[in-house]
Amino acid sequence: MTTPSETVAVQAPEALPVVRTDRLPLLLVPALALLALPFVGSFSTWVTLTFAGLAMGMIIFIIASGLTLVFGLMDVLNFGHGVFITLGAFMATSVLGLMTAWTVSGSLLLNLVAVLAAMLVAMTVAGGVGVAYERLIIRPVYGQPLKQILITMGGMIVGEELIKVIWGPQARPLLLPTAFQGSILMGDAAVEKYRIIAVVLGLLVFAAMAWVLSRTKAGLLIRAGVQDREMVESLGYRIRRLFIGVFIVGSALAGLGGVMWGLYQQSVIPQLGSQVNVLLFIVIIIGGMGSVTGCFIGALLVGLLGNYTGFLAPKVALFSNILLMVIVLLWRPEGLYSLGKK
Amino acid sequence: MSEPLLKLEGVHTHIGAYHILHGVDLQVAQGELTVLLGRNGAGKTTTLRTIMGLWQASQGTIHFEGTDIAARPTPEIAQSGIAYVPENMGIFSDLTVAENFILAARGSRRIEDMDAERLEWVFGLFPAMKRFWQHPAGLLSGGQKQMLAVARAIVEPRKLLLIDEPSKGLAPAIIQNMIVAFRELKRTDTTILLVEQNFNFARQLGDQVAVMDGGRVVHAGTMAALAEDEALQQSLLGLSLAAHQ
Repeated sequence: MTTPSETVAVQAPEALPVVRTDRLPLLLVPALALLALPFVGSFSTWVTLTFAGLAMGMIIFIIASGLTLVFGLMDVLNFGHGVFITLGAFMATSVLGLMTAWTVSGSLLLNLVAVLAAMLVAMTVAGGVGVAYERLIIRPVYGQPLKQILITMGGMIVGEELIKVIWGPQARPLLLPTAFQGSILMGDAAVEKYRIIAVVLGLLVFAAMAWVLSRTKAGLLIRAGVQDREMVESLGYRIRRLFIGVFIVGSALAGLGGVMWGLYQQSVIPQLGSQVNVLLFIVIIIGGMGSVTGCFIGALLVGLLGNYTGFLAPKVALFSNILLMVIVLLWRPEGLYSLGKK
Repeated sequence: MSEPLLKLEGVHTHIGAYHILHGVDLQVAQGELTVLLGRNGAGKTTTLRTIMGLWQASQGTIHFEGTDIAARPTPEIAQSGIAYVPENMGIFSDLTVAENFILAARGSRRIEDMDAERLEWVFGLFPAMKRFWQHPAGLLSGGQKQMLAVARAIVEPRKLLLIDEPSKGLAPAIIQNMIVAFRELKRTDTTILLVEQNFNFARQLGDQVAVMDGGRVVHAGTMAALAEDEALQQSLLGLSLAAHQ
């Protein structure tokens, strides 16, 4: 390769573009927490509520992150995502049921192994079912939004009924292992151990996703595909394969989220997924469809707001998340982080 | 005469209920720059998109290196050695310039894996790419984005470049930069099919020209012959070179 044989005689001076990171949405989470403090009044209660909200937000993020990428990559609106949550939670009841001796023992190690085994099995089964779900339910309706909504809702109903057939229609207990029970005192504030674990796990999942999306070629392809899938294909990559991979990972994460949600509530019902589904869509709309960072912030906002309003005004809690979504969309109509999708 | 690198025969394309291409016949010879001219709506962009498989030809054949690629999926067509620069440039605005390059270099997982000599050559053609290497592509100016789109297409050797209106909306200095870059590409025997409306830009680069109207190629010949024949320009393009300069 040689250097270009000609040079341009006149070239306009080029100013270096200024890189401005949009940090404003990141401030919303601490802003909401600080705003709630005077209303809650007691600092210790505020700390407890904040940890509860963050834990719930992290679990919602784990569940919703796959959903937002699935929409971003292929414009697929999967209203059946909730079925993977329920499946994961029920798998956990079975696995932990078989390992009761381990979960009731005082050994932290045995407790951890039991919970990790439940999470691994839930993720594997949810991911595996995700493969079949994508092939049988999603693939026939690519590019047909109305049919997608109808068929994925149908998938949700059928999945829920199958879960009832396997595990029964009643609520099943999903008790926390002994070592995860109880609270840690932070000054006057009591923070449940499991909530701290959920926050740490949520942060780990977010960090792992951020690493994959920014440091690996598969991650670059996902980010590029969310913006302009046609161009990704024109560069020689099969976006369908990428989508299937993301769908499986998203389903597995929903399964993991189901386990965490079940342990958070300490019981599981077959309607769990359909109940959480609404929250998921609120979160990904607030965050900006396809944006993982937006999904993370949206989930934390929803988790915190739900807990604060649940404490301050339980009747408002029922629609507080809808109100939050409306306010965010009035401010940024495409969500907190718009992806400039083509 | 040797077989052309790309040959379209009787290509029809429908987009929904609309019949856009009505039997396009077009040949692109190896190592030459062929310009596709025509008014708005003549079918130029549709022709490029049909070659890339982004819209499927409903009839006709598209032979690339002797193989019919008309029914192949877009990724396979790209992997066979065709690079495409769309009219909207198709850059990934949330990714950095470097990340845009890595995606275009299919064989590379990281910057370090890319052919350093080739990369320097590309930087020689488009110095702005080196300056803005770690900047988000969305922050580049319109001209810089166009440079990125073309640079990305040549970051690895390709057998054929399909480029859609690279001069559109660019300042004269940037257009001049583009002309220099395309001349350098021609010097390396790169085969290019270039869609243009700027006849002055096209005239400086084209070896061959095909003029489209109503979804068909209505004229094909050398660019030199068309550039010298004002009457032909007037009849084919509705303008004269003198009026355009």
